[in-house]
Amino acid sequence: MFCSRKKSLEVERIVKANDREYNEKFLYKDNRIHTSKYSILTFLPINLFEQFQRVANAYFLFLLILQLIPEISSLTWFTTIVPLVLVVTMTAVKDATDDYFRHKSDNQVNNRQSEVLIDSNQDQSSAPYMKVLKKLQNEKWMNVKVGDIIKLENNQFVAADLLLLSSSEPHGLCYIETAELDGETNLKVRHALSVTSELGADISRLAKFDGIVVCEAPNNKLDKFTGVLSWNGSKHSLNNEKIILRGCVLRNTSWCFGMVIFAGPDTKLMQNSGKTKFKRTSIDRLMNTLVLWIFGFLICLGTILAIGNSIWENQVGDQFRTFLFSNEREKNSVFSGFLTFWSYIIILNTVVPISLYVSVEVIRLGHSYFINWDRKMYYSRKATPAEARTTTLNEELGQIEYVFSDKTGTLTQNIMTFKKCSINGRIYGEVCDDWGQKTDMTKKKETMGFSVSPQADRTFQFFDHHLMESIELGDPKVHEFLRLLALCHTVMSEENSAGELIYQVQSPDEGALVTAAKNLGFIFKSRTPETITIEELGTLVTYQLLAFLDFNNFRKRMSVIVRNPEGQIKLYSKGADTILFERLHPSNEDLLTLTSDHLSEFAGEGLRTLAIAYRDLDDKYFREWHKMLEDANTTTDERDERIAGLYEEIERDLMLLGATAVEDKLQDGVIETVTSLSLANIKIWVLTGDKQETAINIGYACNMLTDDMNDVFIIAGNTATEVREELRKAKENLFGRNRSFSNGHVVFEKKQSLELDSVVEETVTGDYALIINGHSLAYALESDVKNDLLELACMCKTVVCCRVTPLQKAQVVELVKKYRNAVTLAIGDGANDVSMIKSAHIGVGISGQEGLQAVLASDYSFAQFRYLQRLLLVHGRWSYVRMCKFLCYFFYKNFAFTLVHFWFGFFCGFSAQTVYDQWFITLFNIVYTSLPVLAMGIFDQDVSDQNSMDYPQLYKPGQLNLLFNKSEFFICMAHGVYTSLALFFIPYGAFHNMAGEDGRHTADYQSFAVTTATSLVIVVSVQIALDTSYWTVINHVFIWGSIATYFSILFTMHSNDIFGIFPNQFPFVGNARHSLTQKCIWLVILLTTVASVMPVVAFRFLKVDLFPTLSDQIRQWQKAQKKARPLRTRKPQTRRSSSRRSGYAFAHQEGYGELITSGKNMRAKNPPPMSGLEKTLYNSTSWIENLCKKTTDTVSSFSQDKTVKL
Amino acid sequence: MAMNYNAKDEVDGGPPCPPGGTAKTRRPDNTAFKQQRLPAWQPILTAGTVLPTFFIIGLIFIPIGIGIFVTSNNIREIEGNVFMYYGLSNFYQNHRRYVKSRDDGQLNGDPSALLNPSKECEPYRRNEDKPIAPCGAIANSMFNDTLELFQVGNASDLMPITLKKKGIAWWTDKNVKFRNPPGTDPLEERFKGTTKPVNWVKPVYMLDSDEDNNGFINEDFIVWMRTAALPTFRKLYRLIERKNDLHPTLPAGRYYLNITYNYPVHSFDGRKRMILSTISWMGGKNPFLGIAYITIGSISFLLGVVLLVINHKYRNSSNTADITI
Repeated sequence: MFCSRKKSLEVERIVKANDREYNEKFLYKDNRIHTSKYSILTFLPINLFEQFQRVANAYFLFLLILQLIPEISSLTWFTTIVPLVLVVTMTAVKDATDDYFRHKSDNQVNNRQSEVLIDSNQDQSSAPYMKVLKKLQNEKWMNVKVGDIIKLENNQFVAADLLLLSSSEPHGLCYIETAELDGETNLKVRHALSVTSELGADISRLAKFDGIVVCEAPNNKLDKFTGVLSWNGSKHSLNNEKIILRGCVLRNTSWCFGMVIFAGPDTKLMQNSGKTKFKRTSIDRLMNTLVLWIFGFLICLGTILAIGNSIWENQVGDQFRTFLFSNEREKNSVFSGFLTFWSYIIILNTVVPISLYVSVEVIRLGHSYFINWDRKMYYSRKATPAEARTTTLNEELGQIEYVFSDKTGTLTQNIMTFKKCSINGRIYGEVCDDWGQKTDMTKKKETMGFSVSPQADRTFQFFDHHLMESIELGDPKVHEFLRLLALCHTVMSEENSAGELIYQVQSPDEGALVTAAKNLGFIFKSRTPETITIEELGTLVTYQLLAFLDFNNFRKRMSVIVRNPEGQIKLYSKGADTILFERLHPSNEDLLTLTSDHLSEFAGEGLRTLAIAYRDLDDKYFREWHKMLEDANTTTDERDERIAGLYEEIERDLMLLGATAVEDKLQDGVIETVTSLSLANIKIWVLTGDKQETAINIGYACNMLTDDMNDVFIIAGNTATEVREELRKAKENLFGRNRSFSNGHVVFEKKQSLELDSVVEETVTGDYALIINGHSLAYALESDVKNDLLELACMCKTVVCCRVTPLQKAQVVELVKKYRNAVTLAIGDGANDVSMIKSAHIGVGISGQEGLQAVLASDYSFAQFRYLQRLLLVHGRWSYVRMCKFLCYFFYKNFAFTLVHFWFGFFCGFSAQTVYDQWFITLFNIVYTSLPVLAMGIFDQDVSDQNSMDYPQLYKPGQLNLLFNKSEFFICMAHGVYTSLALFFIPYGAFHNMAGEDGRHTADYQSFAVTTATSLVIVVSVQIALDTSYWTVINHVFIWGSIATYFSILFTMHSNDIFGIFPNQFPFVGNARHSLTQKCIWLVILLTTVASVMPVVAFRFLKVDLFPTLSDQIRQWQKAQKKARPLRTRKPQTRRSSSRRSGYAFAHQEGYGELITSGKNMRAKNPPPMSGLEKTLYNSTSWIENLCKKTTDTVSSFSQDKTVKL
Repeated sequence: MAMNYNAKDEVDGGPPCPPGGTAKTRRPDNTAFKQQRLPAWQPILTAGTVLPTFFIIGLIFIPIGIGIFVTSNNIREIEGNVFMYYGLSNFYQNHRRYVKSRDDGQLNGDPSALLNPSKECEPYRRNEDKPIAPCGAIANSMFNDTLELFQVGNASDLMPITLKKKGIAWWTDKNVKFRNPPGTDPLEERFKGTTKPVNWVKPVYMLDSDEDNNGFINEDFIVWMRTAALPTFRKLYRLIERKNDLHPTLPAGRYYLNITYNYPVHSFDGRKRMILSTISWMGGKNPFLGIAYITIGSISFLLGVVLLVINHKYRNSSNTADITI
């Protein structure tokens, strides 16, 4: 506590490397993380304190205190304390288990190992003048301290926020994957300061490193870092490029060293994760409101009875009391009323049943276990079962209106596969079946591999043998196409020990393309800064890389200029169709039309397309151009513009080759899930950090966007005014169209809500989609246009937000949550989704991936997006239905139980005399009636899981909150009041003049108590029997068992033996035996039961008979044909065949071209970078070398060749 | 390993090989319970079940009601054993302070409770520094009128009718719940050190001459101590046993009731009554139950008819499988 207070004042951080003593002064946090709440010692006090902060528990404590006042006490102490202790104990046990698991997961993370440079011998640290003996030692993560130097190895998680010192790669480069942090899967480069990168892996030098870093205080900005390193008397400024953050994974770098700057809770990852908000379901909130209402109601009842008491005392009681207690002095009737008020508060407290909260928790826990146990949500490939990590939100799963989904890793597998291509006007990759119809590729077809290619990937799936034929026939266009794929990219190759070629790809798209080329016989083998070596159908060919025209988001294309062994210079270009088509040579017109048709087709299938083109360059022209480029490179002013201009200049008059279509592979079942969820009226918004094109493609691929949509609004403005204007236009468009189409086709349901500032839901017929990017979103989330955005977005069927930051994801969720009052669910897999997962009502994490952040922050986790369907439509719906039934019954039961006292009050002088035995009051809620309703709450199924999935419309009542709301509550209450009336007045009438069969049995209080109590238990059991729609063995056992338990406990407590032991506690001795052998008592019980239940049955029957809900219909139908299983075959999703939009998408980042040409990312020992033209000789030798190698053709020798491998 | 984008593909073909071979433990068990497939009975409210139920209830309840009503009204004829009750009205024996003002331990003969009664008995716990036995307001307010019944003979002579005092309390009350303090001494000795309730004329050990009906186990006392549920109540006072012959127990004629008036009820607007009644198979006279049964039975039958009509007239034929979505 003290420490954290001090920390909050931290304005800047000073860290000295390798000096723990120095750093200890600042009390920085170490690398241990805590998410647990209690320790063994603090558990009891803290937990009890927390529990009694809850209103309900505090209330019962208050009641307990009231009961200690003898003047007020109308119930014995045990009636309150027994349930209270039970409740508190159960909650404590649950909290303890929860915390235990948190401890466990903390420990798991804290005990991860990393190599830390620490003193090999503790004594040595005290003698700084001696030779510092520091060694790399394995240390647990939690023991890592600020200032330590850590060694990381490839594919390891980074333990803390580090300043990169040196790495295995040249220039102190290292690659990291930041998927955990921001969800981007492409690799990022970090490079160390040149002064520190010289340290290399030299332990002794690293150990002597004593730089002092002065930097910003811990914060949550992932992309900013400012600091200064002072070392050896000079200062070096530090930025984000030098920092590796906790949660990243080191890739493609065999080792690196870093110095810990922020550790544990101070790391940016942890700072970003924020405090876990305590989530509550809407039912919870409703329940709290209702409990407050019931309190109010209770106070009303108490007041009525207190007034009654005052009047009674005044009119009747006075004389009667004098008669009874003659020696008592006159009492004030108002004071008596006041005391009676409290007495009745105690008696009637059971309308707010303490067991309610516990029962709700138990039911939710049961539902959570069912989620954990569901084999249909178990992903066998990763051995990941679904997991309900929060056990308190289940019923809200049945009320979801908005789903916010991440894209990468959630909707898609992040696997790119080369699906189709169009080469020279011919489409490949489409399989025609025997009827000549196009079908999607199926697994039946034999996978095509090229015998020529020993490197062919066995998992490569491309099935068109026409393409194979064309390749074999030597179609020059086809060859050129594949050559381009093998040449124009930024992939690095490497051979592993087994001699297999492994591609290190910066973007998965390129990986797919290069691998496709490889499998089709054009194998990219290796590259140097100046050459690219490929194997063309078994022949090694080395191309000279003359220029690399890098990709960026404005150019949307990438080109290489190479000289082939024949000396021809060619420019190979791939990029967005829209861009490339503008720069084609006029002669391409016919091919262009054809290819764009193909591209439309690809786009319609949601494939990511790139257009492919080349240009033959004249040697002289190229030389001139290259010279200009070099000039441009050396100038400082307007360098970028000039280079861009030069690129523009050379990339024209291109000859179109064709186009590629890469599938961003969707996870299994995504389309079905999306369709099913939208049938269930759940709106799905895609929030992704990815590019607009990619996001749109996925939208199309999973049928969220279709070409049948009336309009797709794209908001991509870069200023506030632009965005406002675009939003306004989109809205006008939407409304305008609706107005003009109002000839029955499109109608507003609510005309009055046309005012722009209202956020009332309007129903617009026709499908619209909104696509908005991160920049625009930032403006759109500003207050004045927020409503416009929301209004527009909520009227669209699909909303896609692209290029959004984690924070924006959360903001969007918050926006919908706040202004829509809708229940939201966020689903994602990466650390960038954490904020969204946390702010949504329900967060779902995709588990089974490497990273855990999303899962750790989530409430539910499972391995595949498609399980969402089952989670919501089956588990969520069931939970909701069960919970609602449970609550209705529970409130009913307690009203029926308690209000009998109220009626009795009028006949006992408002003296707060209870109707029932004290023991009955104690046990009624916790023993006699708890299990049947729990069984219903846990096991009930109105319709089967299959039907829940088949009829997504069944989900709608949950969204509209129809099954338990305030009016339902009043119905339950009325039902309870009615039952209590029957329970009191029928025995009242019967007991008025009652005598037993032996004449002796008269209408005494105890018999009355037993009769009412027995009637109550039976009525309530019959009611639960009516409510239970799914009678499993457990329900039978609990319902019959409860009645049996009631009678056995009744007889036990009324037995002679127990009276003999505690005569004062069990005064009902012999009562059960006497009363329950009387026929008239049973006649009363029977009459009471029928009178209480009959109206309910009639009412329910009428409801089902005249206004059956879908669920009722399915139940009847289910019963009618239990045998015939297949309900109806779902129509397979029909895909549109064509689209008028560009399917271009390319996950690529600028800057890799430069890395390649500079050779920075190649292994050391390569010759210093030189201009390609001058080193022709060198390269040609290398090419000849390779050619020679080819004749011997041994892969192993190839791999050992350092010069080639580089 | 480099970022090999094909690595994931390779998992596809191979068998599920989870880390650490925990597949078996992580895959949920395929039991009916865990998969929520427990066989279950799924009753639905249909016309076929609900309507007959209503009719059956009607058809059963109406005869029962009539039966009860008739028997109840026939109870007038004084044949068989006759029970003599006293009735009090506006007497709140169910008032909380009254109900708890007793000590069951003391009444059960607990010697310590005898001399040190429970606090609940206040203000009738001690009198003049002696514990009251039996303590409490219930005992203190015990009904102490004496009722005597005479048949007026032909010559206006009064023939006393034998009123049996014993056998009016419950067996458990008499034998289990109420017991005199232990010992073999005379009752007076066993109650030594206690004093009589304030309103009583005689101490508890002088309630009856019969040792078996004296002290706490006096049946009049026991009956009184079994508090009534409602402010108007009757309690069994005496039994008039039927003689062996065919004569009615109380033949038609004139009777004379002699009441020794001890018990004041005027102060709280109370009323006293004396009731003579016989008993049928379902107990004492109780018109309410019969009427209630007839009413509920009729309502049920009527509901059945109404529902039948509604079901036939208004129901949309959705019994078949055409589920409209």
